[in-house]
Amino acid sequence: MKIMGIDSGSTTTKGVIFNGTHVTHTLIVPTSYNPKSTMENLQLALHKLSGDDEHIPVYTTGYGRDLLSSKKQSITEITCHGAGAAFLNADTTTVLDIGGQDSKVIQLDVKGNVIDFLMNDKCAAGTGRFIEVMMRTLHKDLLELDDLVTSHTPVKISSMCAVFAESEVISLLAKGIDPGDIALGVLDSICERSAHFVKRLNRDAPIFFSGGLAQSKSIKISLEKHLGVPVHTHEKAQLVGAIGAAVIGYRKLSASRL
Amino acid sequence: MSLRKNLPEIFDQFADARKNGFIAAKALKEQNIPMVGTFCTYMPQELPLAMGAVVVSLCATSDETIPEAEKELPRNLCPLIKSSYGFGKTDKCPYFYFSDIVVGETTCDGKKKMYEHMAEFKPVHVMQLPNTQQSEDAFTLWKNEIIRLKSLLEEKFNVEITETKIREAIVLKNFERRALKRFYGLGKLNPPAITGTDILKVLYGTTFKFDRKANIDEIEALTDRVLAAYEAGEKLERKPRILVTGCPIGGVTEKIVKAIEDNGGQVVFFENCMGAKAIEDLVDENEPDVYEALAKKYLSIGCSCMTPNPNRVALLDRSIDEYQVDGVIDVILQACHTYAIETISIKKFVNASKTIPYMSVETDYSTADIGQLNTRMAAFVEML
Repeated sequence: MKIMGIDSGSTTTKGVIFNGTHVTHTLIVPTSYNPKSTMENLQLALHKLSGDDEHIPVYTTGYGRDLLSSKKQSITEITCHGAGAAFLNADTTTVLDIGGQDSKVIQLDVKGNVIDFLMNDKCAAGTGRFIEVMMRTLHKDLLELDDLVTSHTPVKISSMCAVFAESEVISLLAKGIDPGDIALGVLDSICERSAHFVKRLNRDAPIFFSGGLAQSKSIKISLEKHLGVPVHTHEKAQLVGAIGAAVIGYRKLSASRL
Repeated sequence: MSLRKNLPEIFDQFADARKNGFIAAKALKEQNIPMVGTFCTYMPQELPLAMGAVVVSLCATSDETIPEAEKELPRNLCPLIKSSYGFGKTDKCPYFYFSDIVVGETTCDGKKKMYEHMAEFKPVHVMQLPNTQQSEDAFTLWKNEIIRLKSLLEEKFNVEITETKIREAIVLKNFERRALKRFYGLGKLNPPAITGTDILKVLYGTTFKFDRKANIDEIEALTDRVLAAYEAGEKLERKPRILVTGCPIGGVTEKIVKAIEDNGGQVVFFENCMGAKAIEDLVDENEPDVYEALAKKYLSIGCSCMTPNPNRVALLDRSIDEYQVDGVIDVILQACHTYAIETISIKKFVNASKTIPYMSVETDYSTADIGQLNTRMAAFVEML
């Protein structure tokens, strides 16, 4: 049996196919102005990739989770991120996910069930959007982040608000401060904020870090510095929501077929 | 209330009570019956009732007048206070308009300072509520404040409020409390008999019905109807059972209850002001000193403006067991410091002592956060 998991996020839409043991196919596409059609296109593309003739049941999560009419069921991103993180790293008890427009901390029990969570969805500071806006102001691509900040010294960014921080970055540039120092300052600021957020729930256990920003080594290092605990991530960390949806879907369907 | 009506219609009748009460309030004014407006459950309702006055809650529940209020009050203030002030200031709330006097208490900082401004356009009396229930002095202060309120009402309305009348009012209010307790006690049934949305409709609507005796009969009849239907097999699907606690809810903040029930949960108990907080304990009818009896009941209300606030925890402790609660949702209105700070101890109590999940949600009187509320509630229910 194969299950498809689709995570419709604010910035990217992620999809995976799961066969009960392995994630066999993955796809990440930018979310368009029409998240519903982005999901439909992704579903088609993944289905093609799998080479299957039969329909693959789809479980959805993320902001657009209810939009796909052919879905079997939608599950919130909290539950899916928990299940996905536990699948990728069985020892996980705390997940930090920094998404495009929100961030969340999820606490899991030893079996990978969610026992508590916090969400920040009121403010762009502390989300991927913060770094995205700052990188745009610096005229740099998000993918260059690690190269840009390596062996730099962070400048202090004092504004917590994404709008004010942007003006601050502009004035730092005007003063001739090195963009690498500024970028590291931005990164340090979001990691410090995220660390406070995690500490509201977590009591010193290692963190599983997911979301698009988990691709960046420098963010992982900065998070470890602020948290004082090991931060684990995974090459598929950006897909954790979609993986979780597929894993939960697989469990549900297997149980119903028994 | 006609017993031929269907249950949903009866619930809607309660939901419409606020709207329909406007006409009732106008009729009462035409008969020269005094109306006392309140903003809190600490106001001993028995005193106005003893002089034949009606009592109405003025806590506003929509964001309509917040921009008007923000011309004078800080933006970063509790939406209940801003909206209530705004409705008063703009004369958009008929109950405020018809109230001969507003009786407030020194509960939270926001309310007690707001009353200073409200007094400029409305007769306002503020009772000095102690911020603790723990000392003899606090009790004496509150008892004296109740006596002071009685004298003030007597003077203002040129009436005599006799102890006999107060006793009658105590008995009547106790009957009403018992009727309401029996009604919200339906929440104990598992599988459930009624939704949390319907429980709230009745609890909220009942505060806008001015004929107390008729109100009691209606509530009792409604409870009987629900029980009869339940015994005849009209039961709701079993769902995770949620207890709602925290700031006052009603009107626009019903969005919380809707978000819980739209996403697979079932609210079985409301601990908030509109719910059990002020109804659960009766006034002692055998206490020889009526003022002592009233002071005892009202001071024991477990609001977060009290420090410490053990009665809230005691009520939660009891109701989580009695209502077989699976999870607790704590509603915090934006900028309500006392409830926001208390979330830490409530969470600890619910998680550690009752070993069930807890979540606090901060909200305001807008509808901007409905998407986020849905995600949070769905995730919370998935967790149970």
